[in-house]
Amino acid sequence: MTENQVKISSRNFEVPEAYRLKVALEQGAYQGLQKAITMAPDDITAEVRKSKLRGHGGAGFPAGVKWGFVPKDTDKPKYLCVNGDESEPGTCKDRLILEKDPHLLLEGIAITCFAIGIHTAYVYIRGEYHYPTKILNQAIREAREAGYLGKNILGSGFDLEVYTHPGAGMYICGEETGLIESLEGKKGWPRIKPPFPALIGVFDCPTVVNNIETLSYVPSIIMNGAEWFQGLGTPNSGGTMLFSVSGHVNKPGVYELPVGTPLRKVIYEAAGGVRGGKELKGVIPGGSSAPILKPEEIDVPMDFDSMMGIGTMLGSAGIIVLDQDTKMVDVLFWMTRFYSHESCGQCTPCREGTAWLFKIASRIREGRGRVGDLDLMLELCRFIEGRTVCPLGAAAAMPTRAMVKKFRGEFEAAIPKSKATAA
Amino acid sequence: MQFSPESNEKIQHLLTHFPPERRESALIPVLHLAQKEFKALTPEVEELVAQTLQVPIVRVRECLKFYEMFSDKPVGKYHFQVCWNITCSLLGAEHLIDYLSKRLGIRPGEVTKDGKFSLRGMECLGACSEAPTMLLNEEPHYNLTEEKLDKMLKDLGVNGIPYNQSVAMGTTSPEAV
Repeated sequence: MTENQVKISSRNFEVPEAYRLKVALEQGAYQGLQKAITMAPDDITAEVRKSKLRGHGGAGFPAGVKWGFVPKDTDKPKYLCVNGDESEPGTCKDRLILEKDPHLLLEGIAITCFAIGIHTAYVYIRGEYHYPTKILNQAIREAREAGYLGKNILGSGFDLEVYTHPGAGMYICGEETGLIESLEGKKGWPRIKPPFPALIGVFDCPTVVNNIETLSYVPSIIMNGAEWFQGLGTPNSGGTMLFSVSGHVNKPGVYELPVGTPLRKVIYEAAGGVRGGKELKGVIPGGSSAPILKPEEIDVPMDFDSMMGIGTMLGSAGIIVLDQDTKMVDVLFWMTRFYSHESCGQCTPCREGTAWLFKIASRIREGRGRVGDLDLMLELCRFIEGRTVCPLGAAAAMPTRAMVKKFRGEFEAAIPKSKATAA
Repeated sequence: MQFSPESNEKIQHLLTHFPPERRESALIPVLHLAQKEFKALTPEVEELVAQTLQVPIVRVRECLKFYEMFSDKPVGKYHFQVCWNITCSLLGAEHLIDYLSKRLGIRPGEVTKDGKFSLRGMECLGACSEAPTMLLNEEPHYNLTEEKLDKMLKDLGVNGIPYNQSVAMGTTSPEAV
């Protein structure tokens, strides 16, 4: 990788103790906020919209557009919920921002809240992230004492309180309305939309839900302008992105690269290629919910539109690399176990369907697969997708379908043939 | 049954995070506090939490049952949770779980007779680029190997024979849990 790569969300990852306010300030923290409070709030939203900043939690919704949905003339308080429930398998980047550069996130939160007129922000962090939560709480205290949060921020007359809030180990709470329910002290069952959170969110008030990484780009957009940011990426997805690369690569890690970087380059340049000099068998490109790609498909640019164009998704950019020795029967087993375990139980197609997918994947792995099981799985996928309140069902169905279709021969070979069908 | 003064203070502080009419929003953090203090969310603890937050007990039960991190039974004093999602399994998590299982003498989902150790598989821990990963209580461990586990187990007093069997035979004096 070139050394002069633009770094935004990971700019302080290598700076020792950048989680301390003093060190963060030396690196330029809160300069974006200083500038933002001199701007008209609507101009900030317009700038973010123009930057083509997309949501980095998985759905890729344009952040500025989302902010624009919040009503301006409401009497109700408005809220920001920061999604730090990072739990899409293959994704491990938000934790790094929390641990290494919490002030970047807090600055992004403060600018966002100033732009929308929000005075309370909750950072919902998955319950297992004890240490990252501790670091963020410490950063909030420091920032508050120094006047970057709290009452009358930097003399602007603008007030903002930021609180961390723990999850308790459920993937579904990363879905924005599941997160809101959980924050209200309930089981995290997603809500039927509309109404969208921008109108009726937490405590029935207008709410913006943004991912940690998404917000960490906001200060730079304000400092350097929308055009600069947009120009780093593609026409429809601006800026850079944190790619989490894991699995059979020489250098697993989290790499910040421009949106639109070809997947091949991420794997073979940033992550050093397939380990042990082995051949690539497949890549799960955007968290485990993203349909798998075969080696001949990895020249695709990693942006939302291009990925959708080849039938997968950029998602959370969690890239799982599988080498030639990987048994797809195993991968399908691990994957369907996850979704059946995490299905929240609200919608029958997802609750029952994911359980069936796991049951079938289990028996195939144990060598007890039945003739017709693969078609049964494909049929189940069809029955799940599009028939649920939230996208979890589709997130299980889409990758299952792709895996079964693209590696069908391997699955068939794992299923004992009955006498009737044996040649 | 009541919360310690420290927990009570934390709860009062937590309540300031929410509008006064939304105090039930503190339920999940309060359940975390309660589990830490009382080791398990027993029916008595459920009742205490319900009273403290003035919510129906069924709301407390619902969250206890829904969220993975809450339990109505105590886990071991040393609780091993090994990630068994795709990346960690690709890099040997299943073997590591089998290994821990053998050394501790318990299957995933079980607790040793003396309550010292428990083991389970868990879903993605959010550290895939440092797989395989595991939580030992609240502490994450990355790039896990058998050697690293050996060292941890040795420090925790697990020797040659599977721990649970050594407890049964009285060759290991059970520690206070």
